[in-house]
Amino acid sequence: MSKIGVFICWCGSNISETVDIEKTKAALEGLPALDYIEDYQYLCSEIGQKKIADAIKNKNLSGVVVASCSPRMHEDTFRNAAEDAGLNPYLLEIANIREHCSWVHSNKEKATEKSVALIRAAINKVKHNQPLTPGSIPVNKRALVIGGGIAGIQSAIDIAEAGYQVDIVERTPSIGGKMAQIDKTFPTLDCSACILTPKMVEASRHENIKLHTYSEVARVDGYVGNFDVEIKKKPRSIDEDKCTGCGICLEKCPGKAPSEFEEGLNERNAIYTPFPQAVPNIPTIDRDNCIKFEKDKCGLCARVCPTDAINFNQEENIIEEKYGIIITATGYQLTDPDQFGEYHYNNPDVITGMEFERIINAAGPTGGKLQRPSNSEKPDRVVFVQCVGSRDKARGHSHCSKICCMYTAKQAMLIREKYPETEVYVFYIDIRTAGKGFEEFQRRAQEDYGVNYVKGMVGKVFPGKDKLRVEAIDAMTGEFLELDSDLVILSPAAIPDQKAGDVSRQLGISQGASGFFTEAHPKLKPVETQTAGIFLAGACQGPKDIPETVAQASGAAAKAIGILSKDSLVNNPCVAEVNQADCSSCFSCKEVCPYSAIEKDETEKHGMVARVNEALCQGCGACTVTCRSSTINLKGFSNKEILSEVDAICL
Amino acid sequence: MPVKEKMNKQIDKNNFEPLLVAFCCNWCSYAGADLAGTSRMGYPENIKIIRVPCSCRINPGFVLRAFQKGADGVLIAGCHPGDCHYMTGNYYTRRRFTVFKELLNYMGIEKERFKVDWISASEGKKFADTATEFTSKLKELGPDRKLRDSRWK
Repeated sequence: MSKIGVFICWCGSNISETVDIEKTKAALEGLPALDYIEDYQYLCSEIGQKKIADAIKNKNLSGVVVASCSPRMHEDTFRNAAEDAGLNPYLLEIANIREHCSWVHSNKEKATEKSVALIRAAINKVKHNQPLTPGSIPVNKRALVIGGGIAGIQSAIDIAEAGYQVDIVERTPSIGGKMAQIDKTFPTLDCSACILTPKMVEASRHENIKLHTYSEVARVDGYVGNFDVEIKKKPRSIDEDKCTGCGICLEKCPGKAPSEFEEGLNERNAIYTPFPQAVPNIPTIDRDNCIKFEKDKCGLCARVCPTDAINFNQEENIIEEKYGIIITATGYQLTDPDQFGEYHYNNPDVITGMEFERIINAAGPTGGKLQRPSNSEKPDRVVFVQCVGSRDKARGHSHCSKICCMYTAKQAMLIREKYPETEVYVFYIDIRTAGKGFEEFQRRAQEDYGVNYVKGMVGKVFPGKDKLRVEAIDAMTGEFLELDSDLVILSPAAIPDQKAGDVSRQLGISQGASGFFTEAHPKLKPVETQTAGIFLAGACQGPKDIPETVAQASGAAAKAIGILSKDSLVNNPCVAEVNQADCSSCFSCKEVCPYSAIEKDETEKHGMVARVNEALCQGCGACTVTCRSSTINLKGFSNKEILSEVDAICL
Repeated sequence: MPVKEKMNKQIDKNNFEPLLVAFCCNWCSYAGADLAGTSRMGYPENIKIIRVPCSCRINPGFVLRAFQKGADGVLIAGCHPGDCHYMTGNYYTRRRFTVFKELLNYMGIEKERFKVDWISASEGKKFADTATEFTSKLKELGPDRKLRDSRWK
């Protein structure tokens, strides 16, 4: 005979304001299974939890229903309290009378009626609940970091320092990411490369870190603690063990292609290292632009290589590895301004903020001289255009790209510092400088460096014979402005990396409206994803500046270390089970299982029947519906349990 | 309104309060309903949610049982196709219930009484809107009488 206790939480007044607690109690009393009922202001508090524990012990309860907030909020809290009191935690159910009732309804009478129905359903379910014991799954003490920008590097270093093996998979030939391209960082005006390259070197030299550059993740299977990953190593056409990074091949190569690192502002060779400080310092042959691969001629690099490291026949290599956790640090990219025709991005003197970073960089294509890309002359007037595609619901993205206001202030400052005679205009919708020292920095640009900030959007850029005519409205005065300008610098929206969609599908993590990966909880779980063991670091989760990226990367690493430091993890006990005596051996279940958790089991008694591998089963329940003899059930969500909830609700 | 009363009374169509049973997957739609709550997006009290791990856990039998026991409408809500927490679960849901809907229709249950929808964890508004629209649709349709025989005691 089951003895069930019901505990109703007021949640301060969050519940009790809309749900009449006394009436609810009165409506429930007299239910045959109900043995004990109590209400309290805050059940999640220590006192509240103690009330539940005491009742379990003193009243010898066989099941508990807590009517409170969503089980996604406090199910664990209450189940732990039940376990401490000696009750199997899976004999406790939550009736969600806050998120699904008091917070969405205003009619007290109807809300009370509904909360009674929800509690009744939970009581009915708990009557059929079985005590469940979680199994344990071993943890592979190795981490995978996808993306070798500053986020990936920081996560990898933190995990490696804690003593665990880390592999970084980077798509391009070098780690470093976007930060390597940036000239100076705001608000301190540090040289970006100077603070990044030591970290790149640290990552490459660390005994616990292994770099897979020019590689991509091809396949991900498994689950937390036991991810099976295939990494596709693209052919570099260089024998990495033989190459010394001397660079003679780079000088001789006649093949040319636009340099990705220099944002296409100048050319690189077909055999190239993306930038001088690249890690690893091993060249890559870009087969699409190499004369040897196009026409089977040349091969100059192979002839000049002193260590015979060039290998034109190198093939794609698949590496298989097991990991305990995965950190996604795939970063961002800038949206293509070509889709905003009014800015005439096809004109060479209309550039993006990232192109400007390369132009102003001493190691960049112009040697750090500010020049118009069209004629290499110094510009007299520069116009910055903010929010190109950001905060633009109609044509672009509704989100704010967050970093543009600050990097524009920085870039404007750099121009005015080097070329005080050059006029600088910034057209903006709003200036957003929430960050430590950010407001002061932007004010300095405006007040000390004399950058002209104009509130208003640029309507059109007209390329003239020599100058670019910029038309805009000053939103403060309503005045129509026409500026003849030499250089226009756009701030395109920051959007997720082009491969974010593929990564999301491979890992089974979700993307929000703008395509950035969704965190498990916007406030309390900012680095976790909904998939256990997969974490987020950096701008793949949303636009971020460098300090925020580093902070999140270390946060993700801490979460990862939390898992890697355990020898085994507790398994979800709500898995499928087969009643082998009734199995008709059709194996339809095997077909639908996404985790290959169902095996054919040769038994003495029942012949060849289905069996569930509990370590692999994730508890989705697809098999339970497909089972022709209805002999598979899902523990914790059995047919009986769900049907009894239906019955209680429809009562 | 309790089913017994519903059976015995002549239903006043104008004051009819339908019962809408919803099965929501734990990862997307249940969380979407939670978000509607935390965002205080109001919707009618008629909808009552049952949590399941994945929409693919929902047996067509559960839906029939709900109709037999007095539900006037049933909603199944899961992650958007491609976003399933269990990778492929909602594809099964989509296939199974496309067929099942035809069966309901064949049985004489209006197809507007049954709906499969995709509501993500970030779509609190979509949840509230779906609950509101579905409820008013059911009010138009009136009580479901087709499977009432099974409620006779």
